[in-house]
Amino acid sequence: MKKTIAMLLALVMVFALCACGGSSAPAATQAPAAEAPAEAPAAEGSVYWLNFKPESDQALQELAAMYTEETGVPVKVVTAASGTYNETLTAEMDKSNPPTLFVVGNQAAVDTWGDYCLDLTGTPVTDELNTNEYMLYDADGKLCSIGYCYECYGIIVNKALLAKAGHDISEITNFENLKAVVEDITARKDELGFSAFTSAGMDGSSSWRFTGHVANLEYYYESVDNPDAWKSCPAELTGAYMQNYRNLLDLMFENSTVDRSALAAGGFDANAEFANGEAAFYVNGSWAWNDLQASMKAEDLAMIPYYCGVEGEEKAALNCGTENYWAVNCEADEADIQATLDFMYWLVTNPAASEKAVATFGVMPYKQAAASANPFFVDANNYLAAGNYNLWWATNYQPNVDAYRAALVSAINDYNANPSDATWATVETAFVQGWATQYAAANG
Amino acid sequence: MKRKHDGSAVNSKLLRRPIQRCFPIFLLPMTAAFCIGFVYPFLKGLFLSFCKFKTTSKWTWIGLDNYVKAIHDSSFVYSFWYTVLFALVTLFLINILAFAVAYVLTQGIKGSNLFRTVFFMPNLIGGIVLGYTWSMIFDGFLGRYGSSIIMSTKWGFWGLVILMCWQQIGYMMIIYIAGLQAVPEDMLEAAKIDGANKWQTLWKVTIPNVMPSITICTFLTLTNSFKLFDQNLALTGGLPFIIQPDGSSIHTTEMLALNIYNTFYSQNASSRGTAQAKAVLFFIMVACIGLIQLRATRKKEVQQ
Repeated sequence: MKKTIAMLLALVMVFALCACGGSSAPAATQAPAAEAPAEAPAAEGSVYWLNFKPESDQALQELAAMYTEETGVPVKVVTAASGTYNETLTAEMDKSNPPTLFVVGNQAAVDTWGDYCLDLTGTPVTDELNTNEYMLYDADGKLCSIGYCYECYGIIVNKALLAKAGHDISEITNFENLKAVVEDITARKDELGFSAFTSAGMDGSSSWRFTGHVANLEYYYESVDNPDAWKSCPAELTGAYMQNYRNLLDLMFENSTVDRSALAAGGFDANAEFANGEAAFYVNGSWAWNDLQASMKAEDLAMIPYYCGVEGEEKAALNCGTENYWAVNCEADEADIQATLDFMYWLVTNPAASEKAVATFGVMPYKQAAASANPFFVDANNYLAAGNYNLWWATNYQPNVDAYRAALVSAINDYNANPSDATWATVETAFVQGWATQYAAANG
Repeated sequence: MKRKHDGSAVNSKLLRRPIQRCFPIFLLPMTAAFCIGFVYPFLKGLFLSFCKFKTTSKWTWIGLDNYVKAIHDSSFVYSFWYTVLFALVTLFLINILAFAVAYVLTQGIKGSNLFRTVFFMPNLIGGIVLGYTWSMIFDGFLGRYGSSIIMSTKWGFWGLVILMCWQQIGYMMIIYIAGLQAVPEDMLEAAKIDGANKWQTLWKVTIPNVMPSITICTFLTLTNSFKLFDQNLALTGGLPFIIQPDGSSIHTTEMLALNIYNTFYSQNASSRGTAQAKAVLFFIMVACIGLIQLRATRKKEVQQ
C-alpha cells in the first residue's frame, strides 16, 4: 500500500516536471478546459487587458465589470505597478494565459512586441477611429496598434493665483514674457505666499516630466528642421535646441517651491503643491485633471505651451499625442481574440462605457465616443483652431527609453547640484550622444 | 557504551524498514520544490544564455554571441570590480564587528538577551524596505550639505556598506555566539592557569576554536555581498552615472546583480540573451569564490 502511494507521488512529481518543461502550447489549451465548468460562457472567450496606467485602474475595473454584466464575457484587467509595465508584460506574455489586450505605445515597443500583435486593419474598432494619426505599423506595414485616447502636456497654470500676482495669462506668449512673469512671482514669493513653479523632483515618480515631456521640445524643433529624418526614429540628434531646453529647465528649477539642490532626492508632491495653491505653474499633462478636479475649478485652470525661446514660438500649441495604443495578442485563442475585439468596439461605441472611459482617459479619437469635460483639451483645441502648431510626441522615439532617461536624470542631478556650463555639457552628452549610443544598442 | 546503544536503535529493523520503504514520501516535497524552483529554471536559464529571446518560450539559438557581448560590456566589468571591492570591505567589517559584539555579549553582562534581540532584528526587515528607509536617513543627513546618497559615488558606496553591516551583523553575531559558547571551558581554564592574558586567550584559544563559525560567516557574508540586489536597487539604483563622451554611461554604484537586471529590462529585448549570459557567468563566479573561500578557511579549523 505504502509502496504504491510512494510510487504514485513520485509519478505525480515526474508529471508536474514534464508539464513545466513541456512547451507552453499544450498547457495553454489545457488550462481553460480545466477551468471550463467554473465559468459558463467560456466558449465565447474572455478578455485579459494588461493596463499600464495605475491612475486609470479603478475606472477600468468598473468598465470590465460593466461589460461582464452586460454580455457575460469575463474581462480581467491587470494593472502593472507604476513604471514596471515592461517587466510585467514580459512575464505575463510567457504565461499560459497571456494578456489578449495590451499596450504597445511607441515604435520601439512595436519592434519588440510586433510579433505578438494582431493586424488590426479592417477590424470594426479600427474603422471607428476618426483620425489616422494614432496608428503604429511595423516594418512590413502591419497595423500593430491603435490609439485609444490621446493626451496633451504643457505647463498648467493656476489663473487665479496669476491674477493675485497681478498678471494675466494673455501676457504669456513666448519665453521672454513667461520668464518675466515667473521671475516677478519669485521676487515677491514671500509677499504673495506662493512660488512660480511646483517642485521638479528628479526621483522616479516625477523625473519623466523633464526627461520625457520637456525634452520633447528639443526633439520637436529638430524634427521641424529635418522632417525626413524624423519619419522614424533618427539614429542621432543634432542637439540644435539644447539651449532652449536649458532655458526652460533653468526657469523651472530656479523658481520652484524647492531649492534646486534638493531636487535629486525627490519625495515631493508637485500635484498637492499645485492643488493647495503653493505654486502657480505646474509641468504636467491633461491627465492631471483627474487629480485636480476635486479641489480646483476648471475655469481657474489653463495649459500653455513649452515656451523656450525658439523663434516664432508665439504660434506654438500644446504637446498632443499618445502612448496609449491597444494591441491584440495574435497568439491568443481565436475565441479570446474575437472577445477582445468585441470588447474594444463596445468601449468606444457604447455611450455609457465611452463616457466613463473618456472621464479617465481624456479624449478618445473615435466617431461615437463621448465628449470630454477636461478643460485642458479645450485649450488644446483652441490653440489648434487658432492655427498654432502642435508639438507632436517625438519623445516617443527615445531609444531604450528607461536607460536613456536614467542617464539624463543623473546628469541633470549633477547640473542641479552645481549649475554651470561644464555640468550642462554632461547633460548635453547624455541627451545627444546618449541617444546615438542607445539607438545603436537598440538596433545593433 | 551509550554510543553503541544509540547506533543499534537507529539500525533496528523496526525503525529502518518503514524509513526504507517510505523515504520517497519524505523526500518528495523538498525534491519537487527544489526541482521546480531551482533545477528547472537554472537549466532553462543556462539554455537561454545561448539564445536570442524576448519571452522565454520563443527563442532562437545563437551560440556564444551572448557571452562575447557580456564580456566586452564595460559596465559589466565595472560592476564586477565594484562588487569585489564591496564584498571585501563588508566581509571584514561585518565579521569583525559581529565577532566583537558576540564576544562582548558572551561575557555575561546584564541585558545580554535584550541586546542580542535588538542586534538581530534588522535582519528580519526586507531589503527593499531597508533600502528606502536608509535612503531617507542618509538624505536627511546629506541634504543639509546639499548632497544626496544618489549624488555621490563615495556616499553611495559607504551607504551600502553601512546598510549591509546594519542588517547582517546581528545574524552573524548569533552564529558567533553559538561558536563562542561551544569553546571548551577546560581549555580556557587551562590557559588561565598557564598565565595567558585575555588577548592571548582570545588569539590562541578562542579564535582557533570558533573557526567553524568563522568559515560559515565569511562564506555567508561573501556570497550575500556578491548577490546583493534589493538593497542596491532601493538605495541608489546605480546612481550617479558617469556620462562618457560617447554617450554611454557607467552606473557607478551598480553591483553585478543589478547590472544583470538592468541589462535584461531597461535595454531593448535583444539584450536579454546577454543578460542571461551575464547571469550564468555570475553564477559561476559566485560558486567559485564561495568554494575557494570554504576550502581556505576549512584548513584553519581545529578538531576538538
